[in-house]
Amino acid sequence: MQWETVIGLEVHVQLATRSKIFSGASTAFGAEPNTQACAVDLGLPGVLPVLNEAAVAMAVEFGLAIHAEIPEVSVFDRKNYFYPDLPKGYQTSQMYQPIVGAGVVEITLEDGTTKPIRVHHAHLEEDAGKSLHEDFHGMTGVDLNRAGTPLLEIVSEPDMRSAKEAAAYLKAIHSIVTYLGISDGNMAEGSMRCDVNVSVRPKGQETFGTRAEIKNVNSFRFVERAIAFEVERQIELLEEGGKVVQETRLFDPERDETRSMRTKEEANDYRYFPCPDLLPVVLDKAYIDHLRDNLPELPAEKRARFENELGLSAYDASVLSATREMADYFDEVKDVCGDAKQAANWVQGELSGALNREGLAIKDSPVSARQLGELVARIIDGTINGKAAKQVFQALWNGQGSRADDVIEAQGLKQVTDTGAIETMIDQVIADSPAQVAQYRDAEPDKRGKMIGYFVGQVMKASRGTANPQQVNQLLKQKLDALC
Amino acid sequence: MHDKTLAELARSLEAGEFSSRELTQHLLGRIDRLDGKLNSFITVTYDQALAAADAADKARAAGEADLLTGLPLALKDIFCTQDIKTTAGSRMLDNFISPYDATVVEKLKAAGTVSLGKTNMDEFAMGSSNENSHYGAVKNPWDLTAVPGGSSGGSAAAVAAGLVPAAIGTDTGGSIRQPAAFCGITGLKPTYGRVSRYGMIAYASSLDQAGPMARSAEDCALLLGAMAGHDLRDSTCVARGVPDYTEELDTPLAGLKIGLPREYFGDGLDPQVEAAVRDAIKVYESLGASVREVSLPHTHYAIPAYYVIAPAEASSNLSRYDGVRFGHRCANPADLIDLYKRSRAEGFGDEVKRRILIGTHTLSEGFFDAYYKKAQQVRRLIRQDFLDAFEEVDVLMGPASPTPAFDLGAKKDPVSMYLQDIYTIAINLAGIPGMSVPAGFAGSRPIGLQILGSHFTEARLLNVAHQFQQATDWHRQRPAFAEENA
Repeated sequence: MQWETVIGLEVHVQLATRSKIFSGASTAFGAEPNTQACAVDLGLPGVLPVLNEAAVAMAVEFGLAIHAEIPEVSVFDRKNYFYPDLPKGYQTSQMYQPIVGAGVVEITLEDGTTKPIRVHHAHLEEDAGKSLHEDFHGMTGVDLNRAGTPLLEIVSEPDMRSAKEAAAYLKAIHSIVTYLGISDGNMAEGSMRCDVNVSVRPKGQETFGTRAEIKNVNSFRFVERAIAFEVERQIELLEEGGKVVQETRLFDPERDETRSMRTKEEANDYRYFPCPDLLPVVLDKAYIDHLRDNLPELPAEKRARFENELGLSAYDASVLSATREMADYFDEVKDVCGDAKQAANWVQGELSGALNREGLAIKDSPVSARQLGELVARIIDGTINGKAAKQVFQALWNGQGSRADDVIEAQGLKQVTDTGAIETMIDQVIADSPAQVAQYRDAEPDKRGKMIGYFVGQVMKASRGTANPQQVNQLLKQKLDALC
Repeated sequence: MHDKTLAELARSLEAGEFSSRELTQHLLGRIDRLDGKLNSFITVTYDQALAAADAADKARAAGEADLLTGLPLALKDIFCTQDIKTTAGSRMLDNFISPYDATVVEKLKAAGTVSLGKTNMDEFAMGSSNENSHYGAVKNPWDLTAVPGGSSGGSAAAVAAGLVPAAIGTDTGGSIRQPAAFCGITGLKPTYGRVSRYGMIAYASSLDQAGPMARSAEDCALLLGAMAGHDLRDSTCVARGVPDYTEELDTPLAGLKIGLPREYFGDGLDPQVEAAVRDAIKVYESLGASVREVSLPHTHYAIPAYYVIAPAEASSNLSRYDGVRFGHRCANPADLIDLYKRSRAEGFGDEVKRRILIGTHTLSEGFFDAYYKKAQQVRRLIRQDFLDAFEEVDVLMGPASPTPAFDLGAKKDPVSMYLQDIYTIAINLAGIPGMSVPAGFAGSRPIGLQILGSHFTEARLLNVAHQFQQATDWHRQRPAFAEENA
């Protein structure tokens, strides 16, 4: 039988606010346990939450970025359950009236095609603390530094049909939130985690199969692997005449498998009800318009602009818009040098090659976008040729000089375009190479083109690479042909 | 000294008749001698009180005294106090010392008041008799066989017995007004949002409100002025200026329109209470007020709606008492579930458990719409009843409680206890302010007149109560207990 996979994702994004969603404590990652938890985060008797406006703004920005409706009123609810790292015995979340309504995220697949994935809604909630099971001799430690960190939970419709689509969706979300600057998107530190809902159904069937939810998958790779395993497990089960049960499963990356955590029957009744300590969030149109007007250019818009306005290929446009850092870098190089194609070639060629070799991120590049832009400008205006440009780039990379012009000056790389000077060098090379000249003269005219390379090399060498190659070529041809 | 109102004590301190230290020492001595019989305090803070009194005297000597500087009071043990035990009347918090002060505590400290300690209460403010305290029942100083009311029973009894001139209470369904009525003192529940709830241990967050309990409306006005005001730490606390509540006290009542809710004078109302309330209304008429009957048609839904909403919120608010971070933890838990079950089973009393169970049930899947949502709809209707009534009249009046204080141990059935709050509970659901003012006696037991106003009309309520107290002396009566043992 042919099976079809159906996938929906719940992505939890930690918002990059300085303080927590309901308290003034810092959200910085990696501090000593329980040093960033104030009375409110500890859930001490008598404390009350106060909503962090920055978290609201970030959630709305996300909503605007996915073209979602932003309801005028949203409400915080309490999700009640007991757990040691949940200090109040409830998580403050949004169950019935989320801050972001239905929207759409466009994903790009490996073959370059795009597909819209619908987002059901996105809601704000607080993160829990962490239970630590090691180093406590059979006891459990609780670290509440993370408790109260703002999360935006983005819930998709079951629109994905393969592990690859799910990974592409996750990447698209990652790209949007990092473009917006509302999350650092650091999956290793848990800034983005996701729950994956997976089911399979016979191809052509309309109704969904029974789904399993895989909790807390925290990398693009794990999402693909967890889905691949889970799909195989479900198909095998069904083909053997079994039934998929609705349950929560855990992905174990070490053994590359998912394991049952709890079935539907064991699930908590969370007893959601509106949190009486928080007022409904009311957003007026002016507030939303202000945020909309100040949205940065988003990945999809950027890709379209690179392709349509700058004339880059679809491939170049998608590579250069993949991250905001890359796109911003490219944009600056292009603005400084004034030529998008040259800028694209240099960013994707020389720069990306050097970064990859040294394992550096673009934000840590030793050559700044301005430096590279000035360098490319000197190629365009003919000051240097391509060969010299590579030398200048290397010098800038190594910190030998802070501007391209200084390096060009110091290393004497300025291109020689003076016809007289080039002719002098050509005459010298011809005079020094009687054997090669004879060969050239004796060759069939259609073979001569290849033979000219030798002379060009000699002239370039004589000029220490600074002669204008086009001029050298042209003048050489004239002079050699005159000898024939 | 122990007989005077705050306003009178303030004048005496200013006149140098005695110092705050002398006053504080005198009252601490009375607490030592008398409170063994009343049990109105859970914690008496001798050292902190004397230190605060000395600081107040010093400020006065330096000419820096404010209106309330050096005046003693007591705090219901539901307000978090830094470095001082805060129990909420529960075994669960018997070991809890808060690392911070509640906003109300901070404000009263800043005003220069001297706290003598923390008063007894029904556990987590759940009760109408103060018999639900882990620290034992409180006795009514007017009759030691009677309850003082609840849940702010310790605060009411301490003020009535002359142990402290005023105390701060909280009111979720009548917990200031009913004990004030039972103990013959004046109590005010402000509009929801008037006083910050930060640091006030939550029972039912959408209903809880702190307020003053004292010997006169004037004293309540002085205290409310110090307690009220916007607090950035409480989102439900309203950003609205705090008027000088004493300013309107002397405004004559001629032309005042009083409404008597028909539903507040029906079956179950004790005839002596009704007679006292009707006499009080006559006093108002003699002061130039007009009286008419009004209707609050949804009154009979108030208790059922309250006993859905309050326990629902409580079941969630009390989840944090799990034995993990603070409060009672059972000995030698076998595992996590055992830790939760036994810590909570041992730490909470019966009434608290009852309300947690009710609330957990009403919020659970399949019941939420039928109970919680329905109760919220009823709540809106009840609120609308009051808003409609206040279109016609300025204030509403009626009894604060259907009976005078009942005997200790008299109400064994929880529902009959819940019915105690029939005249007070709707006010919390509507969020409006309400007062109880002494208006007579049934034998030795005081009777309270309840005065209600629309949202944020505290100044008007205090004026109405004050004018009554200028014309009567019910509020000046003191129990024999306070004198005999002096």
